[in-house]
Amino acid sequence: MGQTLLQKVWDLHTVRTLPSGQTQIFVGLHLVHEVTSPQAFDALRARGWTVARLDRTFATVDHIVPTRERTRPFLDVMAEDMIAALERNCREFGVRLAGLDDDRQGIVHVIGPELGLTQPGMTIACGDSHTSTHGAFGAVAFGIGTSQVRDVLASQCLALEPMKVRRIRVTGTLPRGVYAKDVILTIINRLGVGGGVGYAYEYAGDVLARMSMDERMTICNMSIEGGARVGYVNPDETTFAYMKGRPFVPAGDAFERARAWWRAMASDADARYDDDVEIRGEELTPVVTWGVNPGQSVPVTGRVPTVGRGPQGADGAPGGASGGGDAQAVADALAYMNLHGGEPIAGTRVDVAFIGSCTNSRLSDLREAARIVKGRRVAAHVKALVVPGSASVKAAAEREGLDEIFRAAGFEWRSAGCSMCLGMNPDKLQGHQVCASSSNRNFKGRQGSPTGRTLLMSPAMVAAAAVAGAVADVRELA
Amino acid sequence: MKITRIEGTAIPMRGDDIDTDRIMPARHLRAVTFEGLEQYLFQDERAGSAAGDRAGTVHPFDNPRHQGASILLVNRNFGSGSSREHAPQGLQRAGFRAIVGESFAEIFFGNSLMIGLPCVTAAPDEMRELMARVEERPDARLRIDLDARTCDMDNGFRCAIALPGHARDALMTGAWDTTGMLLDRYAEVDQAAARLPYVVGF
Repeated sequence: MGQTLLQKVWDLHTVRTLPSGQTQIFVGLHLVHEVTSPQAFDALRARGWTVARLDRTFATVDHIVPTRERTRPFLDVMAEDMIAALERNCREFGVRLAGLDDDRQGIVHVIGPELGLTQPGMTIACGDSHTSTHGAFGAVAFGIGTSQVRDVLASQCLALEPMKVRRIRVTGTLPRGVYAKDVILTIINRLGVGGGVGYAYEYAGDVLARMSMDERMTICNMSIEGGARVGYVNPDETTFAYMKGRPFVPAGDAFERARAWWRAMASDADARYDDDVEIRGEELTPVVTWGVNPGQSVPVTGRVPTVGRGPQGADGAPGGASGGGDAQAVADALAYMNLHGGEPIAGTRVDVAFIGSCTNSRLSDLREAARIVKGRRVAAHVKALVVPGSASVKAAAEREGLDEIFRAAGFEWRSAGCSMCLGMNPDKLQGHQVCASSSNRNFKGRQGSPTGRTLLMSPAMVAAAAVAGAVADVRELA
Repeated sequence: MKITRIEGTAIPMRGDDIDTDRIMPARHLRAVTFEGLEQYLFQDERAGSAAGDRAGTVHPFDNPRHQGASILLVNRNFGSGSSREHAPQGLQRAGFRAIVGESFAEIFFGNSLMIGLPCVTAAPDEMRELMARVEERPDARLRIDLDARTCDMDNGFRCAIALPGHARDALMTGAWDTTGMLLDRYAEVDQAAARLPYVVGF
């Protein structure tokens, strides 16, 4: 009987079974950022501990950093204090830091892969739930809280419970205008926002096999929105081609040896899964969320659900009821969103368009969005911004002239950070604004205003919404 | 500290998929300590400013009948979303000593365990009954017994609770602070690392 990648990586990284019955797992890469680490470093100081494996630890700044004016000290005193704390901690403990002025700075889940820190067969932990992103490379990567950040800093290990594996095969081909974001939003809608608790999701099938690394990262990124702490794709030639030549990836003969090992870490053809799900690529459409969790979505051609009837597609057929929740959840979401059951989601007016976040801020995302806005103008009432995922993505986009396309269309062009995904910096929704967003969460208050409203969609769909001033079907613009 | 029994009054917080952004809005993650987080629990919806609030609805956390509660009652998938430990930290600092619910998001459950805040599950119909009884009699005391795996109410209601064996053992033996355990026998960690080609070099 073959093994899944998860089982292979788990076994290889097992240190021992702890007295608690949990497994002590060695963490191959620990990524650190400013928000979830200060209390962990304080705990090390208080107990007189050092960082166990500086060679397996790397830090950057992303969550709280301003994306417009970055002169130090920041006007935002708390942001200045938080960045200064990370700088001090990294200096004191000897942790490598891609700081604000470093050309490697960026969202932690964008720079890990870019630098080649993220590699197949690794265990990767970070104090951020979207660490599942790195699973796109065939790593077992998961988010942790600050007490666990302390554990990893001090011991390079975690005490973990085994996970089950659900394989999700996306078969066939995707229709034109349907992106990785639509695939993962559909998966979450069908399996539910809590459906993945206790599971790692293994994404497979022809659609995944043909996807670029950027697209696979978008899929794995949102595993946690389906309740799965881990999501991964088996490494293949696409993975290896992406990795070759990156700063932390072995070169020459060592690359060939690494490639052989990486390939061997992939799930065996006869591996057994705890659950198996098939999604037919041909059936997928561009998707938009209407509610307050990422499972509450409909096709862009669909209608906002009516309380008690479940979400409906364009043809009025029920679909995705698992993602909508019960009648109370639907009613509560509609009231918060100020949407009315039965009305088409297309045409919903938007005030803000945000292209960015660890889900969709990579070069290919910006290229697709730029293709839509080129030669068009952002609607007069819409504030639109593009926040590249890293300094490197920003520079590459500028070399291609994407910044000029966005600016000409009326978008603001910013520096790298998490920005309006969670509004920890000055980039926030105001009042009841509605935002077409390429980010990952439409929770109440998520984008910085307690009454702000988020419609999740692909970056191309955000571009279309920015131009139309309302939710629009990107297939009619492309 | 060993945790076996938790006793106190409760707050029912109804709804599935209550995410950590609701429990602790991101703007309160901007400080470098966890101090004072108890003031901000569910701040946005308690302000009554959320568009969805029905007029006249008192948030359970603002209901004077539930003041002083130390047990939180929830429904499905509580604590979904962000890995921010600030959410369970805020709850613990506000005096909560246990959470009873239908189910919990994985990272939230782990974060809570790491700080000695037990998250235990009860069957959906038992949760409905518990919540209804607490709403009717907010002064009723609940007793959670991790050893017996029961939740008792002082008006005679009793239901079974569940939690994973490792979590139960960790809480009852006081071994929920894991760092010491992970640093113990460190030679084995070095041996494990030495098996990894990406650590030693391909």
